Parts: sequence; structure tokens; C-alpha cells
Amino acid sequence: MVLLGSSGVGKSCLALRFGKDEFRSTSPTVGCAYLTRMVHLSDVNLRFEIWDTAGQEKYHSVTPLYYRGAHAAILVYDISKRETFLRAQVWLRELEKQVVPGSSVLWLVGNKGDLAEERQVSVQEGEELARDRGLYFSETSAMSGFQVSELLAAIALRVYECLGAQQEGLSEWRETPLVNLHHRDTFSSSAASCCRVGP
Amino acid sequence: MDGEAPRARASWENGSLAPVDRLRTERADSPTPGLVEGTEPGAGQKSAMFVHAQSFEDLNAEVEKDARRDDEVDRSEGEHAEEELKVLVREENIEEPPNSPLESRSKEEDVSSEAWRSHRKHVFVLSEAGKPIYTRYGTEEALSSTVGVMIALVSFVEAEKNIIRSIHADGYKVVFLSKSPLVLVGVYRTCQSDKELLRELQYIYYQIVSLLTLTQLNHIFQHKQNYDLRRLLAGSEYLTDNLLLRLDRDPGLLLSAVTCLPLATSARDVVSSSLQAAKATNLVFSILLAGDQLVTLIRKKDQFLHHIDLHLVFNLVGSSSSFREGEGWTPICLPKFNTAGFFHAHISYLEPASQLCLILVSTDREDFFNMSDCKKRFLERLSKRSAYQALKEALKSPSYSVAQVGIPELRHFLYKSKSSGLYTSPEFPVMYQSDEEQERLMGLYQDLHSCLHHPTRPLSYFYRCGETENLLAWVTSGFELYLCFSPLGTKALAVSAVTKLLKWIRKEEDRLFILTPLTY
Repeated sequence: MVLLGSSGVGKSCLALRFGKDEFRSTSPTVGCAYLTRMVHLSDVNLRFEIWDTAGQEKYHSVTPLYYRGAHAAILVYDISKRETFLRAQVWLRELEKQVVPGSSVLWLVGNKGDLAEERQVSVQEGEELARDRGLYFSETSAMSGFQVSELLAAIALRVYECLGAQQEGLSEWRETPLVNLHHRDTFSSSAASCCRVGP
Repeated sequence: MDGEAPRARASWENGSLAPVDRLRTERADSPTPGLVEGTEPGAGQKSAMFVHAQSFEDLNAEVEKDARRDDEVDRSEGEHAEEELKVLVREENIEEPPNSPLESRSKEEDVSSEAWRSHRKHVFVLSEAGKPIYTRYGTEEALSSTVGVMIALVSFVEAEKNIIRSIHADGYKVVFLSKSPLVLVGVYRTCQSDKELLRELQYIYYQIVSLLTLTQLNHIFQHKQNYDLRRLLAGSEYLTDNLLLRLDRDPGLLLSAVTCLPLATSARDVVSSSLQAAKATNLVFSILLAGDQLVTLIRKKDQFLHHIDLHLVFNLVGSSSSFREGEGWTPICLPKFNTAGFFHAHISYLEPASQLCLILVSTDREDFFNMSDCKKRFLERLSKRSAYQALKEALKSPSYSVAQVGIPELRHFLYKSKSSGLYTSPEFPVMYQSDEEQERLMGLYQDLHSCLHHPTRPLSYFYRCGETENLLAWVTSGFELYLCFSPLGTKALAVSAVTKLLKWIRKEEDRLFILTPLTY
């Protein structure tokens, strides 16, 4: 599972809720954080590998590494900041380019439900966007824990269904290299040519 | 720098360093000649871990080269000369640098207020087009006119095929560092020399490069000169803020060295060899930290880490809580290694509440699971050994008290072994426990450092009496030593303390330093 969205919308806090059911304000994520979490469905246990990506723009060039091959992508925005909702739509367009429809679960999450008084994005808007683009939709609050465990359980269920439906296609798709995203450099002992990256 | 010691000695002989009478007394008391490089206590037995930038002069060679390319422009030369004179003649009872109240960052600060003006160290980063990128205090938007003046000064001097280095006026120093495509400006009220202030600005520059790479910076500004770089740096200002705090408080940044967690050799060897065994094709550096102290560092053969890069890693790990929540995986540029590209660092704590943080630096951005596996193998290996317990025990006493050395009136010291690039220092005694006092003591050390490494008249030996403490600093080709005594101490005592301290460090060097650095 990969968490995507602008800086400061609460991805790490959601991840922390998923993992430990705690709330703590965190410092901005550097690069990406990796956590694992077991989810118990009625007849099966799913082990989630959660990629909590950094929302900061400078890390955007590496983010595709994480959503490529993800079974679930969670697009997070902050209901009290309209720009983060717009940004989520940009992420969505990026995702749609990479993801074969139906192969992974996409979820739109309006976080910071506790800031309802400063709401700038209405529930309807979120729902509409989700409906138009075939996403699931929830509103949560990582701070109060509102709807978070429900969200995780729902994601787990959908992922499980999705996996069952197309085990074959998925593994095949995962192994297809996306040439334009790789920029693999080999290490050589000379310092000058050690590593390089596209901007 | 090899030529440094002879040069210092030569200038000592011809007496250009200090008033004659002072020279005579000091020479009489002069301790035995310093141990030569490579044999001083704490010197590694094999090759060093770090890039061989053992001295402050090496570190600054780059800046000076830049600066000397063109003639120096000093807008108030008379004043500057006066300053230098002051530096030379001061020995006794000089005025202490003004204390800074503990400054907490507040972005909302009004830039026209007196409080804003009174900060001791301002740092501004701007683009060559004159766009503000970073300010330590206040908001960048509010500073556009100030920044405009700065860039006007820079370009005005540049138009004459010259470089502006500093302005000294009214107790302030304005220091400029032009690192295309960025310009860094520091406005200071401190006694530190321009050279030291430039070094601090350089650190800030490297911090920004480590987030973006120089290639990317150049690329951006080539395409869009008036790009607002704050977009890319958003969310990382706290790294720069913290680095600035470190520059005021961490002796490592002053000495261009790193300190180690005191640990028995046997335990350290086991930890190191366990880490050495957990290798992977693309792994370049494995670093184990305990807070701000190094436990061990393994590197690829023929690859060296520069202490600046290591300090940037320390700053990244120390400033972010995010690595506590899971395994971190982040692109990081180590600017002293290569400004053009990113390494990818796997950063995680060995245990959730532990101080021990493992950093695995790889060249491949898809190496996360390999690195994660390396960490697992290291942990498995380590937890089977008793050394892990010893390491955890050592964490409980990460420092030692100066009383263990057994020198009367000695309060604190810094000792750097030049060949290994490592330093050791006891914990701060009671009177330096508060942040203000620590910063004040660091200020005194910085002062001594400035004098010893003066660009034109370096000293090798310096004693200073103050109202609150007496200080002795000594630099040889092998080590740098800074001692802080109570004001009751005498010069004779201080001088005799040096030999005793060196003996003590020699006795303890196995524990205090990493003597046998390993490679994969």
C-alpha cells in the first residue's frame, strides 16, 4: 500500500494510526518511510507493506518507485486546504497513467476530519470525484482516530478481493519494467561517476 | 596541511605573532614539542575513515581559492586592519562576546522589529536573480527589499570584475559567499573571523545541495532564472535551522571532526565486524550512530566519507523523528563526495526506543529491500553476541566526567586527533549545563580556533585569562587541543596539564577512538 498526497496532509499520522493506533505530530517525512502491519480479515491475514511517501515536491521524482506495483494507493488530502485536494487530483492523473484499471485499489481520503469547522472541501466534492474516477472514498481523522481502522479494514477487504480476482494478471503486470522511470546507474570505484540522477 | 606546522613555527621564531615579552614567557613555559601526525593519541592504526582533510586549512582551501581568484574587496579596510590588530594583541581579560539569549525560531517574527535586528547570527540564502530562498529569522517574503540590497551589492562589485567578501561596520560583519547559482549572506555580531563565518555559510550551502544536488540546482536556474527555490525546499527548512544551531553548539563542526561513543575495543570490534559482514553490492557506507556519536563506520574500499557529509547525515537523523516510525528510505546527496548525484540511504533505529541508528548508504535507488535485509542480518548477528549488551550498557554512560582525568581546575577540553579526524571531549560540567552557558563556552572555543587558524598569522599556542575561565589552546601537526580551566588555574598549571592529559588520552584511546576502521 502506498500513501500519496501533499506535504502536511497527515499521511504519516495515518500510517502511524494504521501501525500502532497512536497519534503524534511528526516531523516532515524524509524520502519515504516503510512500515508493515498485519490485518486480520475474517478468513485470512493480510500483511500490509505500507510506503509512507514524503509530500514535499523535491521527492516527487522518486515517488513512482513506490506506487508502481502497489496493491493499494491511498490519495490523501486535507479537508481544510483546497489546494491539497487539487494536488490529489494531480496525483490521481499520475497514478492513472501507471495503473491498469481494476488491478489495484485506489482510495481517496479526506483527512483532518477534526477540522470540520475550517472545511474547504465538502464531502460531496470528494464523493463526486471518487465516483467519477472510480475510486473509493472516506473521510478520516488521524488525530481522533475517526474512521481510520474502518478504512484499513475496508482497504484490506478490497485488496483481498482484487487479488483473488486477478492473481495472474497482477503478477504479470508487476514484472513489466517501466522503462521511463528507471534510471539505474552502476557504481564504479571512481568518485566522479558514482551516481547521478535526473532532476 | 603539511606545511602548516613549520610555517607556524617559523613565524613564531621571527616574532611577528605577538608582543615580544609575551613570546619570551610562553616559550619558556612551552610544553614538549607535539607528537607528530599519525602518532598522536587517537590516531588510527590503519588508514583513516575520512577524507584526509585533517585541518581547518584543508577544509577551507576551496573558499580561499575562490576568494583569491580576484582581489579582495573590503569596504572598510581600515576597520578590518584594526580588528586584526585586536585579534593579535588580545591576551588577557578581553571582552566576552555578547551572549545570545536562547533563540527559538519564529517565522512570524516582524522583520522591522528590534528583536529581529538583535539576533546574533542572521543567515540569508538568495538566488542570483535576487529571490529570497531562506532566512533564519522572519519570513522570506518580508525580506525582499533587504535581499534586493544584498544582491545589488554583490552584482555591483562583480561588475568591476571583483568579488565582495565582507563588510565590517558598527560591530557587525556581513559575510558573502557566492556559490553559483546561490548567494549566501551572513550578518553577524560575533568575534569570529571571516574565515570561520564563511565556513558556517558553506555548511548551509552544502545542506541545500545535499537535498537537491548541484546538478539539479544548476538545471533549475538555467531554465528559469527567477525560480522560487522555496518550493523545492519546503518542509526542509528545519534541517537548515537545526544545522545553524549545531554550528553554535557542536564542537565537531568547529573542529571538522566526529566524536565516538566510548566503548571497549572488544565490543566495538564485534559490532564493526558484524556490520562489515552485512554487505551488499551497492552498499558504500554503513554508519552506526548513537545520538550524535559515532559507534562505527564501515566503508567500501577506496571510498572515503568527508566529515562534512557525515555531519549532514547526523543533522538529518538528529532533526527528524520520522525514522522512528519505520524504515526510512531517502535520496541524499553527499556533496563532498559528489555534488552531481544522489545516494540512497536506508535509515532506521535498531530498536524502537533505542538511540542506535543505522544508516546504510547505497548507490541504487531500488535497493531498499537489499538494505533492509542487510540491517536484518546485522541485527541477527549482533544480538547473538554479548557485545550487543555491552553496547547497550555503554549507551547509558555516553560520556565521561572530566574528573576522571584527574587534573585540578580543569573543567572541560576538546582533543582532536588530526590523522583520524576524530575528537573526544568530556561531558559539560555543572556550570556549563544550560544552553546559554554551553553556547558561551563554544563561543570561547570558536574564538581560540579563529586565532589558531588565522588566515595570515596562524598561532600554534595560545593562553588566555578571562574572568570566568582560563583557556589554553595548542595545535601541532598531530592534534588540536583546547582546554578550559577555572579562573583559579595558573598558566604553569595549564601547561603541565597538557602532558598529563595527553597521557590519559593515550591510555584511554582504545575506548575513546576508533583505531581500526574497517572496509567491506
